[in-house]
Amino acid sequence: MLTLLFDGVAYGMLLFVLSVGLSVTLGLMNFINLAHGAFAMMGGYCMVYLFSHLQVPFLICLPVVFVLIALLGAFMERVLYRRMYNKSHLDQVLFSIGLSFMSVATMDYFVGSSQQTLVLPEWLQGRHEWGQDPWTLGVGNYRLFIVLLCAVLTMILQTGLSKTRFGSQLRASVDDPTVASGLGIPVNKIFLLTFAVGSGLAGLGGALGAEILSIEPMFPLKYMIYFLIVVAVGGTSSITGPLYASMLLGVADVFGKYYIPQFGGFIVYVLMIVILLWRPQGLFTKGVKR
Amino acid sequence: MMGPNNMLEIKRLNRTKIWEWVVLSLMLASPFLFAERAMMINEIAITALFAISLDLILGYSGIVSLGHAAFFGWGVYAAGIFSKLVNPDPIVGLIVVMGSSLVLGLICSLTILRGSDLTRLMVTLGVSLIGLELANQLRDLTGGADGLQGVVMAPIFGVFEFDLSAKVASIYSVLICVLVLVFVRRLVRSPFGFGLVAIRDNSLRARAVGLNVSHRLMVIYAISASLAGLSGALLAQTTGFASLDVFSFDRSADVMLMLVIGGVGWLYGGVLGAAVFKLIQSQLSSITPQYWMFWIGLFLVILVLTGRDRIKEWFAGVSA
Repeated sequence: MLTLLFDGVAYGMLLFVLSVGLSVTLGLMNFINLAHGAFAMMGGYCMVYLFSHLQVPFLICLPVVFVLIALLGAFMERVLYRRMYNKSHLDQVLFSIGLSFMSVATMDYFVGSSQQTLVLPEWLQGRHEWGQDPWTLGVGNYRLFIVLLCAVLTMILQTGLSKTRFGSQLRASVDDPTVASGLGIPVNKIFLLTFAVGSGLAGLGGALGAEILSIEPMFPLKYMIYFLIVVAVGGTSSITGPLYASMLLGVADVFGKYYIPQFGGFIVYVLMIVILLWRPQGLFTKGVKR
Repeated sequence: MMGPNNMLEIKRLNRTKIWEWVVLSLMLASPFLFAERAMMINEIAITALFAISLDLILGYSGIVSLGHAAFFGWGVYAAGIFSKLVNPDPIVGLIVVMGSSLVLGLICSLTILRGSDLTRLMVTLGVSLIGLELANQLRDLTGGADGLQGVVMAPIFGVFEFDLSAKVASIYSVLICVLVLVFVRRLVRSPFGFGLVAIRDNSLRARAVGLNVSHRLMVIYAISASLAGLSGALLAQTTGFASLDVFSFDRSADVMLMLVIGGVGWLYGGVLGAAVFKLIQSQLSSITPQYWMFWIGLFLVILVLTGRDRIKEWFAGVSA
């Protein structure tokens, strides 16, 4: 019971890291990026390659993957995404579906359609157990690691967005790009950096999730719905909204798959639709905008 | 208030142009002209019908849906199961499926009235995924992952039997596709259709001039769902098979792509798109079956970057 809860929380944390980048591009920049999962998948592949083939130590792999995917994101933003900001939502949807289709086929071509596996280093394997039978808490080392890392990341992001100069510049650019640039804020650079960080985080999430989520070419399409649920349910106005939403989703998903395996996915979708009908702007938004 | 000029304009629009007669008769003649490709014609007619149904909500009403396959899939399974368990007559099957998808669409339309594009996207996608889960889990009824097998249809009107070469099937599908096209043409050029376009362009103003926005969106969503169900039913009846992929995200994305190739918000866009898409697909996948997805993706990206109104503009001279 408690073990399940903990697994759910770890899963949710992972989802949060994966989708927080999307919540920034989608919420702040109002861009529907369905290709977000492609960045996560690239992260996963980089991780497998670096760690399993080049034998780079685990803790060094993570920041390297983050930087690599962030660079990739920055490149894509500069070359392609920047032209899409002002287009209609339909255009954005088509464009990003196109990108994810391409990434799926490309990975299939280069790596093959088989699932990649990641063997964790020894200090992350194994698990601890506490407590008596009905309330046993089994904690896998790796899941504990994920929870801790994600908690730290969340705090960094939250402070970054609300306390730093960059954060306020970003919020200003999003509210009104014209006025912001009139005030001397380099709007394009801010967006570029934000997009890069967002995709870097997705890559990091993919790297962390390589062991749990299974990295394969269909990854972007398979998990797209989960990222979107997190963002849509969590609302896009804060960091904490998506955080709660991903926890909720993680726990619901793990519990659903454990207790009623036939209808695990079903419950998540129904829950999402109900929540969206009840609060179309997301569950954790203050007041109703627009 | 409509001035006399606007009325004239509408009358002019409503007149069937010569090229439209040509297109419609070409469509009707296609099963006979390309009799050896009857299978292909059948498929194109079915997907064209599906694309037209999506155009009603996407092109004419501005609802971005990523889950229109929900109704298509419903149509496929409903038609298959109905013919297996209740009545194998194809026409009765079509009517039942259309009615049931209409009701389903009406219920689902409640979910798209509120919220932004993103919310609609998510909700429509969610509905189609629920359909997928249900079809997968209700194994006794749907055959689960193996697909629904052994659908045998009675002859149409008790006379025309479905044959292996798909000749009858292709005539049947094309005929229904043309009928729907004529109906949709009438629909979008009625006051109701103009109201939809007004809602798409600016729902706030549409409301201000006294249009009942929610009511109209619900009606068009239900009609669109029923047509999508109809196309699904045609697929089940003519192929005698139903598999889980009818609910998949790929199918919703593909049909959207077809519509975009042909032109969104243009009556013949769906037909043109479906024909082009299916022909390219059969060509390309015979060369590179696995990486067909890459080329669709590349095509989409380039299309959006160059502006997807181009293709429509090429035909603008014709359709104006």
